[in-house]
Amino acid sequence: MRLECRHVWEHISGYLDKQLDPEVLAAVEKHLASCEVCSAVLDSTRNILVLTADDRTYELPVGYSERLHERLAAVIGRSE
Amino acid sequence: MRAPTNTNEGQFIARILAGETELFHDLIRPYERLVYVTIFAILKNETEAEDGAQETMISAFRNLKGFRGESKFSTWLVTIAMNEARKRLRKAKTAAEDSLSEPSEENEGDFTPAVLTDWREIPLEALERKELKEKLREAVNALPEKYREVFVLRDIEELNQEETAAALGINVTLVKVRLHRARMMLQKMLAPYLKGQGAVQDAGKPVAGQSKMPETRGDAKRGGFFRRWFQ
Repeated sequence: MRLECRHVWEHISGYLDKQLDPEVLAAVEKHLASCEVCSAVLDSTRNILVLTADDRTYELPVGYSERLHERLAAVIGRSE
Repeated sequence: MRAPTNTNEGQFIARILAGETELFHDLIRPYERLVYVTIFAILKNETEAEDGAQETMISAFRNLKGFRGESKFSTWLVTIAMNEARKRLRKAKTAAEDSLSEPSEENEGDFTPAVLTDWREIPLEALERKELKEKLREAVNALPEKYREVFVLRDIEELNQEETAAALGINVTLVKVRLHRARMMLQKMLAPYLKGQGAVQDAGKPVAGQSKMPETRGDAKRGGFFRRWFQ
């Protein structure tokens, strides 16, 4: 199987999630080995996911947990 | 990041239902972040997200006996959180705005990634940069809602495909399709900021279905930093 760049892009997500069928995976890897454009697309997408998974990207408001448990305590108290 | 699975959860829930209601505080503690970030990423507003997170936890407490353990407790919570977020979003948004921001799945066309042939290794300090995280949050905010929902659950909260599908009430195939499109839209928006020196340029506003063929610039030299990191 021989893939063009635009076909490889369709598989970027599946590739990162390790969900490609063996035949497709082999074709994508073969293409990536010789195509710097697609490799750059893959790397940039992967970097975005690394950044996304970093807890520090989304920070909790100061005092969030305290306020949450305070409000819960009031609701739980009433339920008893 | 996903909270660690609490192996005592089943017992906890049984005891709470039997009257030890105070234990509910401990039951939800590992998921405070999950619930807040899920709602925040949908609503893009801290105050609304915090209020929504509180309502989600209260709703979970009141409906705890309805949790049958068929899904994980975390997935059940996310489902409630997502419903809460959607409810608030509907309130805040007019139907007209809705139809503008959400092109139908059929006519969106291809999502062409941004191609950077002058891609370099990203120095770790660049990823630490506050500015870059801000860009990422802005880009996530710019995703149409249905893509943002899937991206938040899969790539921010790291739920698996089945859990994401269950929480959103859609099938796994649609989760895959939307996730791929969300990632490609983000790649297009963020690639310019992810270049070696972290140079900030105007990324332009990506519009679904209007992708151009990528431009080829400069010499290709790809770094293997992340590949090595991941292996």
